[in-house]
Amino acid sequence: MSAFRPCGLAATGVLGLWSAAVHADFQLNMTPGVTAVSHRIYELHMLIFWICVAIGIVVFGVMFWSVYHHRKSRGAVAAQFHESTTIEIAWTIVPVLILVGMAIPATKTLVQMEDTSNADLTIKVTGYQWKWRYDYLGEDIGFYSSLKTDARQIHGETDKGEHYLLEVDRPLVVPVGRKVRILTTASDVIHAWWVPALGWKRDAIPGFVNESWAKIDQPGTYRGQCAELCGKDHGFMPIVVVAMNQPDYDKWLADTKAAAASERNSADRVWGKAELMAKGAEVYRSCAACHQASGEGIAGMFPPLIHGKPFSGPEALLEPLRTRGFLSADGKITVGPLDKHAEIVLKGIPGTPMAGYAGQLSDVEVAAVLTYIRNSWGNDFGDAVQPSMIKTLR
Amino acid sequence: MSTTTHDAPSAGSYYVPHSSPWPIIGSVGLFVTMMGGANLLNGHAPTLLYCGLAVLIVMMIGWFNNVIRESQAGLYSPQMDRSFRWGMSWFIFSEVMFFAAFFGALFYARDYALPWLDGTSASKPMTHELLWPTFEERWPTNGPGRVGGTFEVMGPWGLPALNTLILLSSGATVTWAHWGLLKGNRRQLCLGLAATVGLGFLFVALQAVEYSHAYQHMNLTLGSGIYGSTFFMLTGFHGAHVTIGAIMLTVMLLRSLAGHFTPEHHFAFEAAAWYWHFVDVVWLGLFVFVYWF
Amino acid sequence: MTATTAGHDAVHDGHDHGHEHAPPRGLWRWLSTTNHKDIGTMYLVLSLTMFFIGGAMALVIRAELFRPGLQLVEPMFFNQMTTMHALVMIFGAVMPAFVGLANWLIPMMVGAPDMALPRMNNWSFWIMPFAFALLLSTLFMDGGGPAGGWTLYPPLSLQTGAAFPFVILSIHMMGVSSVMGAINIIATILNLRAPGMTLMRMPLFVWTWLITAYLLIAVMPVLAGAVTMLLTDKYFGTSFFNAAGGGDPVMFQHIFWFFGHPEVYIMILPAFGIVSQIIPTFARKPLFGYASMVYATASIAFLSFIVWGHHMFTVGMPLAGELFFMYATMLIAVPTGVKVFNWISTMWRGSMTFETPMLFAIAFVVLFTIGGFSGLMLAIAPADFQYQDTYFVVAHFHYVLVPGAVFSIMAAAYYWLPKWTGHMYDEKLGRLHFWCSAIGVNILFFPQHFLGLAGMPRRIPDYALQFAEFNMISSIGAFIFGFSQLIFLWVVIKCVRGGEPAPAKPWEGAHGLEWTVPSPAPHHTFQTPPQITEAEAHS
Ligand code: HEA
Ligand code: HEA
Ligand code: HEC
Ligand code: CUA
Ligand SMILES: [Cu+2]
Repeated sequence: MSAFRPCGLAATGVLGLWSAAVHADFQLNMTPGVTAVSHRIYELHMLIFWICVAIGIVVFGVMFWSVYHHRKSRGAVAAQFHESTTIEIAWTIVPVLILVGMAIPATKTLVQMEDTSNADLTIKVTGYQWKWRYDYLGEDIGFYSSLKTDARQIHGETDKGEHYLLEVDRPLVVPVGRKVRILTTASDVIHAWWVPALGWKRDAIPGFVNESWAKIDQPGTYRGQCAELCGKDHGFMPIVVVAMNQPDYDKWLADTKAAAASERNSADRVWGKAELMAKGAEVYRSCAACHQASGEGIAGMFPPLIHGKPFSGPEALLEPLRTRGFLSADGKITVGPLDKHAEIVLKGIPGTPMAGYAGQLSDVEVAAVLTYIRNSWGNDFGDAVQPSMIKTLR
Repeated sequence: MSTTTHDAPSAGSYYVPHSSPWPIIGSVGLFVTMMGGANLLNGHAPTLLYCGLAVLIVMMIGWFNNVIRESQAGLYSPQMDRSFRWGMSWFIFSEVMFFAAFFGALFYARDYALPWLDGTSASKPMTHELLWPTFEERWPTNGPGRVGGTFEVMGPWGLPALNTLILLSSGATVTWAHWGLLKGNRRQLCLGLAATVGLGFLFVALQAVEYSHAYQHMNLTLGSGIYGSTFFMLTGFHGAHVTIGAIMLTVMLLRSLAGHFTPEHHFAFEAAAWYWHFVDVVWLGLFVFVYWF
Repeated sequence: MTATTAGHDAVHDGHDHGHEHAPPRGLWRWLSTTNHKDIGTMYLVLSLTMFFIGGAMALVIRAELFRPGLQLVEPMFFNQMTTMHALVMIFGAVMPAFVGLANWLIPMMVGAPDMALPRMNNWSFWIMPFAFALLLSTLFMDGGGPAGGWTLYPPLSLQTGAAFPFVILSIHMMGVSSVMGAINIIATILNLRAPGMTLMRMPLFVWTWLITAYLLIAVMPVLAGAVTMLLTDKYFGTSFFNAAGGGDPVMFQHIFWFFGHPEVYIMILPAFGIVSQIIPTFARKPLFGYASMVYATASIAFLSFIVWGHHMFTVGMPLAGELFFMYATMLIAVPTGVKVFNWISTMWRGSMTFETPMLFAIAFVVLFTIGGFSGLMLAIAPADFQYQDTYFVVAHFHYVLVPGAVFSIMAAAYYWLPKWTGHMYDEKLGRLHFWCSAIGVNILFFPQHFLGLAGMPRRIPDYALQFAEFNMISSIGAFIFGFSQLIFLWVVIKCVRGGEPAPAKPWEGAHGLEWTVPSPAPHHTFQTPPQITEAEAHS
């Protein structure tokens, strides 16, 4: 009846980790990753891990030996010694030496990691509630990347796909074998950009820019997640990085640039309502995080976008809506005139989670989402908002 | 009841007070105050807050009266006196740490955050380059967003210097009062205390003048970016502590007038004086780091 | 020993300052008491209640994470559960439990009549239930409770709705209570020791609490300052944590962790003290290395002030800062190791028996050390880039907090229950509780190491499919562990209501003044202090 249980579990864990190296499909251990940095981190991790295991075996071994042999039921008589300067000094110094042994490789790795100079390519990563934006500095392209998994999978209404929660609409694309400098920042709250295969995570802090870098060995698709609590959908803002060989990357870059140019031109023509509604439904996905797919919002936090629905909550939320004319005296949402409506979407409502989308959405997208809101869920304003109009409102 | 015990506490016996209603009244008072405060911040009427504060004031008066009566009845042995001393010293230490948090914010903002934002730091260069390329300001500043609009800086050599003088002299007068107390000279004690209290309230009044000047003529407010934030939080909490200290000393003055203290037995006075010195030292820190440099 | 007991009894009749009559009865007794034992009891009851409330929240978390997909709760509510679970467990369960133990035991251990400032003691306690009423009430408000994590990082925490000021002000109340409690403990230890009870003769539980109290006074006001700045940033237009105004959201993290790291040692040093009382008793052998235990505790406390940055390796500190915090953090392994080695040397060549308190103490040594090892791994900055904000961290801190702090509290409860109630607890049930807990807690938290290493972030209500197996195991463990605690509740209730009468010293190998007074300990102990001699101390 000794306390062998925990030790047994620890041993199971050790074995588990060890076997993970053998059966790579069943992941128990940290990934070795695909960059030089991630390899070094993995080695460091294993080094400390084995040191701890070794110390643990010695320490717990001695303890359990004692627990077994020095028990009263076996007739053990207690000795009365209670100090020994020599041994106390020894077990202070030995751990210090072990720690120094760990600190040296750790320091080397850290110094190597912090050197972001001489990058071939710089990408600015911006965290939003709840999606990422990637800007290729100097290339004049940038786009948002958000969760692609269908809400029905999340709510258990259909089967979950292979990359459940780890798939996005537009992945970040980078070339292999080149030093990519990653600049992280955020627009609203703190997020953290983390792709385990690249070896590190960096916080994305509003108002500040952090730097990190990666030089990926092999082409492939690498998945990660936001790693700093950022509100309701923190669990739903994955990261996908596609690493390509240089020629593929060059082609991708050219295509993306061309697509961006034609998108910019489309703002000048007149759009049909059906077109706008279709695009609006797509854009609305990033509003649905708060206002919900049903447009009904969440009581006390996010107002409905539906005309005539009641909304109550803290005064700090109600007051700005009232002054904008979006809340009637008896506490119901009134979807106001188009220009006011557009103003909210473009400029946001300062001091609330409602951010301004002027910088994030193109004229076409704003026009589309407004059209969508004004003609969905029972809202029946009938108007088809034109991108050209949004352009003048900006 | 305990007050019927007349023998002076002998070494080794310790006065353990009876059950007392004040702590639970204090807890309820604090609860109501906090609830009222939170409601106020959420845009409701401050009624609850006032009720809570009223309960807290009643509690303090009642509790302190109790303590004063016990002290006058001679229930407090030298050992008790030491307990009070330890208690007060550690309380002041906790106050020091409270101010340390705000001083920490000041130093961090000036020495780390600002150089990153204005591009003078070697680390995080892209912060300045990408996000705030036009921001080049040094301390004092309201940040790259010019939060709160253009403001004037509160210089050290007007009112603040005068206030420094006032607080320093009040430190001297309270020590002088203490000397009087030790000599058994009640006149000196009362005069010294009266002067200290007077200087204390004068300080608070001048600070009020300074604040109203800042708000009305300098556009310097709590909302003036990090400078306004640290300025008003540090000086504001300090001012609140001066007010508390001055009230404590006022009570001591009244008690001195009532003849409560003896040269051997006057811990309450000393506690108030320690507190006063603490407030004084914090001010020196403020004067140097908030106003001067 | 006998002399002390007799001396105490004589005094109890003689110099009692009018305390002969019984204390007030009914509810008023508890509301108005100044007695350290009453107050200790109230703290312990509060703590157990909060443990169940916080535990119920943890079970909501684990139930939601049982399988992938959203099934039970909305993400927002999940985040509220995570946040509240931590606040309730830390400030409501673990800290009050230690303060309750301090109240009960420190006066008895140092030979004092009561705490130094008994009325304030009552106030310290009664603030707590009100603070938690305020905190828990936010769950029922528009928009729900706080959902930004117990670390309250801005700008996210500033998005909290109506709950926000209630949360902040309840934290202020807890701070006031903790600081007053700590002042009281320090004054008691420094000023009320019986003659002959020199500092280096104090039981280790007293020593660890002395240092813990110092930590509390040093850091709770800093937390108060930090949350006050949150409040003014939200309601009064200040810019402490806003880059546009020249502030920095990361500044909050520095201030918070300056509090937060010492805080985690506040939750473990008293546990070290408890284990250092229990192991010698059941090994029937004096504690090995008393003096080095004291110095190690002091070193840990000192180091705890200069390691806060290890929670922030990923925020982008300058290289020098990362190196400094990494080295300083690693150093803590040294004094902590000294403690572990001392406990094992105490067991070495002892004459051990394994009553429930000893079982919990041994499990503590093993499982806390495992938690310490993972802590050390986290301290390696480059590796922490991979561990940070994953379930590896969750596994680390639950190992040190649950089979660490919580097990030590369980051990203490079993160890001193006979002294508190005058009855022996049910040993069979106690062991059952131990084995269920020890097995359950490992099923609960060990797989979380794998989850973290495989890349599962913390604070998420739903996860990718490769994490499904271990989450399921962990959730099963959570329910085993959680429901095992009902056994504990039952043992305690049973022991309070009756049982075999306990002698003054129910444990053969126990030493210390608390075992010289009858069980249950009389309402007032040591009205006149006992005399402590060299021989009695330290054994
Ligand atoms: C009781 C609480 C407690 C205790 C005691 C500890 C102890 C330690 N903790 Fe832990 N920690 C927490 C509670 C605690 N921690 C919590 C709550 C968090 C998360 C907070 C949050 O984000 O919400 C956290 C997070 C945390 C992090 C941040 C992780 C991250 O977010 O990325 C780090 C990083 O360094 C860390 C390190 C350590 C270390 C080095 C110790 C050391 O003190 C451990 C020392 C002990 C040993 C090492 C074992 C015994 C020693 C020997 C047998 C000697 C020989 C050993 C060697 C030489 C290796 N802890
Ligand atoms: C002392 C502190 C302490 C303690 C004791 C615990 C105990 C437990 N913790 Fe907790 N935990 C934290 C401190 C603690 N935790 C902290 C600081 C965090 C970080 C929060 C953050 O990220 O901000 C955290 C986060 C945390 C998470 C991660 C959440 C996330 O990242 O989203 C999880 C998930 O498994 C978890 C689980 C548990 C479990 C299962 C227990 C179990 O030990 C609980 C045992 C269960 C019981 C005791 C239940 C008893 C109840 C019943 C049997 C039901 C009867 C019901 C009624 C009577 C109402 N905790
Ligand atoms: C992070 C959460 C969040 C996201 C994402 C978000 N909103 Fe909002 N929105 C809010 C909040 C909170 C308010 C209410 C602010 C207030 O009460 O003052 C609001 C208010 C509004 C209003 C005015 C009130 C009403 O009910 O009509 C409109 C219109 C609106 N949002 C449109 C949008 C559109 C369009 C998008 C996407 C492009 C969007 N929001 C994305 C949080 C969000
Ligand atoms: Cu973004 Cu978490
Ligand atoms: Cu820490």
